Amino acid sequence: MSTDLEQFYQIFFEEAGELLAEMETRLLRLDIQSPDPEDLNAIFRVAHSIKGGAGTFGFTDMAGLTHVLESLLDRLRKNELVLRAEMVDAFLHARDVLRHQLDGHKGSGSADPAEVEAVNRELKELEMDTGSSHTAAQSAPAEPSVPVAAEQMPVSALVSAAEASASVPAVKGGITYRIEFDCTNLAQPVMDKLMLDLERLGEVENLSDPANVAICTLQLSTPMSEEDVWETLAFLVDPASLLIREAEKTAGSSPLAAVTPETPEPVIESAPEQSPVMARTQPVLSEQTEPQARIATPAASGVISSDSPENTAKSEVKQVAEVIGAPRAKQKPSADQANANSESSSIRVSVEKVDQMINLVGELVITQAMLAQTASQIDPVIFEKLLNGLNQLERNTRDLQEAVMSIRMMPISFVFSRFPRVVRDVASKLNKQVELKTVGEGTELDKGLIEKITDPLTHLIRNSLDHGIEAPEKRKVAGKPERGTITLRASHQGGSVVIEVSDDGGGLNREKILAKACDRGLSVNEHMSDQEVWMLIFEAGFSTADVVTDVSGRGVGMDVVRRNIEGLGGRVEIDSVTGKGTKISIRLPLTLAILDGLSVAVGDQMFIIPLAYITESLKPAAEDIRTIQGQGRVVQVRGEYLPVIALHEIFSLEPAVKNIHEGILVILDAEGSKAAMFVDTLVGQHQVVIKSLESNYRRVAGVSGATIMGDGSVALILDAVGLVNVTKQRMVHAA
Amino acid sequence: MLLTQAAAANTGESLNPVRNLASSEFLIFRLGKEEYGIEILKVQEIRGYDAITRIANAPEFIKGVINLRGVIVPIVDMRIKFNLGEALYGQFTVVIILNLSGRVIGIVVDGVSDVINLDTEQLRPAPEFGGVIDTEYIIGLGTVEARMLILVDIERLMSSPDMGILEQAAK
Repeated sequence: MSTDLEQFYQIFFEEAGELLAEMETRLLRLDIQSPDPEDLNAIFRVAHSIKGGAGTFGFTDMAGLTHVLESLLDRLRKNELVLRAEMVDAFLHARDVLRHQLDGHKGSGSADPAEVEAVNRELKELEMDTGSSHTAAQSAPAEPSVPVAAEQMPVSALVSAAEASASVPAVKGGITYRIEFDCTNLAQPVMDKLMLDLERLGEVENLSDPANVAICTLQLSTPMSEEDVWETLAFLVDPASLLIREAEKTAGSSPLAAVTPETPEPVIESAPEQSPVMARTQPVLSEQTEPQARIATPAASGVISSDSPENTAKSEVKQVAEVIGAPRAKQKPSADQANANSESSSIRVSVEKVDQMINLVGELVITQAMLAQTASQIDPVIFEKLLNGLNQLERNTRDLQEAVMSIRMMPISFVFSRFPRVVRDVASKLNKQVELKTVGEGTELDKGLIEKITDPLTHLIRNSLDHGIEAPEKRKVAGKPERGTITLRASHQGGSVVIEVSDDGGGLNREKILAKACDRGLSVNEHMSDQEVWMLIFEAGFSTADVVTDVSGRGVGMDVVRRNIEGLGGRVEIDSVTGKGTKISIRLPLTLAILDGLSVAVGDQMFIIPLAYITESLKPAAEDIRTIQGQGRVVQVRGEYLPVIALHEIFSLEPAVKNIHEGILVILDAEGSKAAMFVDTLVGQHQVVIKSLESNYRRVAGVSGATIMGDGSVALILDAVGLVNVTKQRMVHAA
Repeated sequence: MLLTQAAAANTGESLNPVRNLASSEFLIFRLGKEEYGIEILKVQEIRGYDAITRIANAPEFIKGVINLRGVIVPIVDMRIKFNLGEALYGQFTVVIILNLSGRVIGIVVDGVSDVINLDTEQLRPAPEFGGVIDTEYIIGLGTVEARMLILVDIERLMSSPDMGILEQAAK
């Protein structure tokens, strides 16, 4: 047997990460006064699962800490202790330390031993010092702490009961499960650990066929739900081969019960004696059932290898196993289906596979568009059927595209779920009372965006906490509730996702910002609109905080937030009313692979300008165009002089119109610098799929990528930021 | 056949100054009046010449990019690059799509004639001549009856700095 556990490390890391996240969510949700027993149980189970996994893989530090955590939680959920606020703090602290330990094992960072020690002590103290409330809690109607009861129950009594009734009995209030899994890859220590875990849940019997070491068959009588059993096992056993079923359903009618021995060893000896009838009728049965078993085997994917014809037998005992195997195999597909429904409602797929699928569907859409274009020229009367088919194709392609795109989509709750913790920690550090409300957690957006939006959002929330929400006393004076509110709201608006961070704090101070901007030498004046003033806070190094705290106020950040969001193809807007609060809205495209663009024509070429950078398009009057020193051209747009980027000059094309006032100017605003791009005409607005130029060619100045248009031709996507900057430099040189 | 090929490859290494080859089958194409050969295993497909999107400020021999089933592929006109024949685009103009270690590049040629198997005996080292192609990119000359085939190491040529197709690693 292989003892190489390392291949399972990754699984453990992933699962432990998820479990820790769940633990945090549940902890934050706990109501101190009347904790939901379900939550306490869930937190306990999480700690337990991590402990089990960590123990198996030899991460003793994690196992040790979770053990302490677990014992405290165990007493809590049995109402032996009363939950207090500091416990939740301690648990959260422990969770963080676990996180660090986990990272340490993953090879990034490490846990501070002193901190681990502190948490350990903290937890132990909590467990000790509430001993007095012990008895009081006991009188309360305790949650049925059945696992303990099961442990205490004499094992022999249960076994004899099982023998007496000659059928598999359900433990009082419990269910009997039949557990099967492939144990070829499990080392002996792992097996021992597993048995130990199961024994804690309830009554375990090892029914494994000694002749067939690859499959481990266990029978477990436990009051726990199937899910709990699964959870206990899933860390150790390859979930693909794990099969848990209620024994009554399947085994009740099968001869299984009759041959069930009290210990694993006697299977061979006792089976024929206990079921002589079975043994006798066996050959007939086996003949009848064998083909079925063989058919069923592929579906069972070798989980029960005793089904396979090779094993059919020399010894009678094995033949009995065959009979047992056959009906089991018959039920297999349905059982598998049930399992699939309850346990594997999701699968892990590599992102590359999904992306490949999205690419292929993108191709399909383009092909379909080409077909549709060609078909629009044929006679609709003669080719009626063909056209009907094409219409059908169009509908199906669109549905398919939507479905495939949705694979990459994740609910934004993945991001939102981390903020209650942030708010809680920062608010307590700042001595503020803040409540976080989240709206629209179900809003889905691209996985890539989810990962990249987290940091900017964290920053915005910390900002709201520090600068937005006032101290309780100040809020009282202002006639507001002492407890401030920060609202996170996500929603779909057209083709984009809007995420809002709003607070009911003091709002932005126009005068203060303007004064600060003057200090910093930014060009500002009293007549700027509020919108423009608010946007000043996104300037690099801009902070209006009077005191620099460790939460915020250093002025780094807001400009990074904006840059990050613009890098994702999104934009930021601020709305603020002094004294009432501030709302920052982030508008993001649905996915990174698709871009909202304006297609423009220059000569015979088509270019895509990302819509996010366009503020307006206009047809200039001839007298608005001026030159500087005879070369650089500028255009006056509402009192502002903007440099003109002539696309045909940059790309050496032959334009249809040479005079600027005959064409169209597209005003670009790229990271604060504005410019006017001169093109022949506007063609239309599209959502385009971004393709890389660099995968087969090299980077091209002024171009950020390429896309394929409806007619199959390639159009280049302009790099608005790059073009504006190049022009700016050129103007500086010319001046 | 296979045996002799393998033998040829083996002996070729020691006896012949011609570079050892992964395969000795060559796709022969015409550029003007000359015939060139490239290793068949480097060829992904052959297609006609159609609409190309130009790329700004690219060298003249880079015609632009095309959409090859969703992949953006740059197109190099070998006639312009080698200064051979007139770069006319007609219905016989052919684009050979190459797959060079994962990178897909198309080359425009005047026509594709055949696929030829060359033995070591048919291969001659390239003489030192100041031609349009640096001899560095020539594997050798193949002789089939009266024809002379210029065998090009297309991967080396395409990744050379003066083609400007691949981004040169910063040194």
